[in-house]
Amino acid sequence: MLKSLLIDPEKCTSCLQCEMACSFEHEGAFNPAKSRIKVFEFEHGRRAIPYTCTQCAEAWCLHACPVEALSRNTETGAVELDEAICVGCKVCTIACPFGTINYNADSGKVAKCDLCGGDPQCAEACPTGAITYVDANWTGLERMKQWAVKTDSQAPNQSPGA
Amino acid sequence: MDYVVLGAGPAGVIAAETLRRMDRGGRVTLVGDEPEAPYSRMAIPYLLAETVEEEGTHLRHGAGHYDARQIELRQDRAAGIDVADARVRLEGGESLAYDKLLIATGSRPTRPPIPGMDLPGIESCWTLEDARRIIAGTREGARVVLMGAGFIGCIVLEALARRKVELTVVEMAPRMLARMMDDVGGDMIERWCEARGVAVKTGTRVEAIERNDDVLTLKLGEAGELEADLVVCATGVQPNLELLEGSGVETEFGILVDARLATNVENIHAAGDVAQGPDFSTGARAVHAIQPTASEHGRIAALNMAGRETAYRGSLSMNVLNTLGLISSSFGLWEGAEGGERAVAADREGFKYLRLEFRDDVLVGALALGLTQHVGVIRGLVQTGVRLGAWKDRLLRDPHQVMHAYLERARSRP
Repeated sequence: MLKSLLIDPEKCTSCLQCEMACSFEHEGAFNPAKSRIKVFEFEHGRRAIPYTCTQCAEAWCLHACPVEALSRNTETGAVELDEAICVGCKVCTIACPFGTINYNADSGKVAKCDLCGGDPQCAEACPTGAITYVDANWTGLERMKQWAVKTDSQAPNQSPGA
Repeated sequence: MDYVVLGAGPAGVIAAETLRRMDRGGRVTLVGDEPEAPYSRMAIPYLLAETVEEEGTHLRHGAGHYDARQIELRQDRAAGIDVADARVRLEGGESLAYDKLLIATGSRPTRPPIPGMDLPGIESCWTLEDARRIIAGTREGARVVLMGAGFIGCIVLEALARRKVELTVVEMAPRMLARMMDDVGGDMIERWCEARGVAVKTGTRVEAIERNDDVLTLKLGEAGELEADLVVCATGVQPNLELLEGSGVETEFGILVDARLATNVENIHAAGDVAQGPDFSTGARAVHAIQPTASEHGRIAALNMAGRETAYRGSLSMNVLNTLGLISSSFGLWEGAEGGERAVAADREGFKYLRLEFRDDVLVGALALGLTQHVGVIRGLVQTGVRLGAWKDRLLRDPHQVMHAYLERARSRP
């Protein structure tokens, strides 16, 4: 059964444990600036939204990559980067309309959420249940899909610029 | 069904793969004119910079990728199309019958009409073969002059600088990246390059090139002369349209196609750099010679060729560039919409710049310098046409709130 990250901003206290865990898992150091999940604060910290890749079906990043460095992990459903293939051209970073694949100047490559191979450390670290890893049917995936359709480049019956 | 795809760049390869997925029994022939596995021109700068090997430029990596999909790869070049017989004439002498034809022949570099432009030691940077010659001609410390500081010129600039050559850039326009950056951004990039040891001569025209004893001399008029061991010309590209002569396929700057990527001639589609298709921002037809457009064109053309009617909303003009570590990007109507409003945050000394362009309360274009995180949401906001409401005024005061505006307006209210 495919699982997805379920994010409930109402429960987020902006403690940044998710960013710490993510950067430690992927970069080997506690460095929120390098985290692939980001917590955005609103109203001077009174409200916060954790935000990362939804592994969308459209996979804009994957289709835009000129050298096939991105591919879908069929077991986890995550779109994963092969760092050895990525040349660092950054086309995926402007192609992804969700802004969830980003350039890392230190590595000269891009980075995105890979669901930690099926054991996402952000969900593991979240103390309030704002980030959980659950059966994909529960995650409001339908809502995400509707959004993906809206941004789709192949939307029939819509005039350009609509 | 016989599908013939002319051009083995990203548009052609993605189209061939999509045709195979849509029609398991059809015959798919992919014709490319270079003696290489299909590769990405976008990756060539990284080959020059020696961060990848030649194989790293290939569009697909698995051995037998095309065989496994029964895509027949042919090395040849189309000489012409006989529309009445539905055949493509190949320069090799054979001809291919088609039921559906895709023209994805891309573009090629142009050179300005200047005396001496055909001398040895003057290279374009377009094909793998060009890259091999440039690599051979650029030992550390070699004097290299780059003609052209547009998008492609600037990508090449980055790669040449990494080869530790003594680099001078000559650009006719008054600023670098004239078609993807405004004065403020162009000036920042120019100063950034100068500070890193690249000489930049904007507003400078090369009037002639001469060659004596392996040394090239560029005559710059009032700006004097420049000596070079190698000249790399990146002054522009143009679509490859010659094969259309006598075919009746309508062209303007590129091949005119509709929202289904179909030309005016039945059973002939076009995609990628060679196609002049719907522009998302203007509704007019434009050539957007960029990777995301090639990829989208290739897929949507193939869907329509295989009988799955699919309309394209149009390509969004966008670019991202690394100039010696300074990352810049541009989206859509970055020059502004008529009657629209603009939000600007510029830190000239800190090399950070963000310019947002609105029509009503919708984002229609943007420029960014020094921004690498979540830059894709700019595309998301432009392409979904999300109404920003009260967030527009906040963005007018502080454009850097764009991610917050996106989360509030686009994600929570789909």
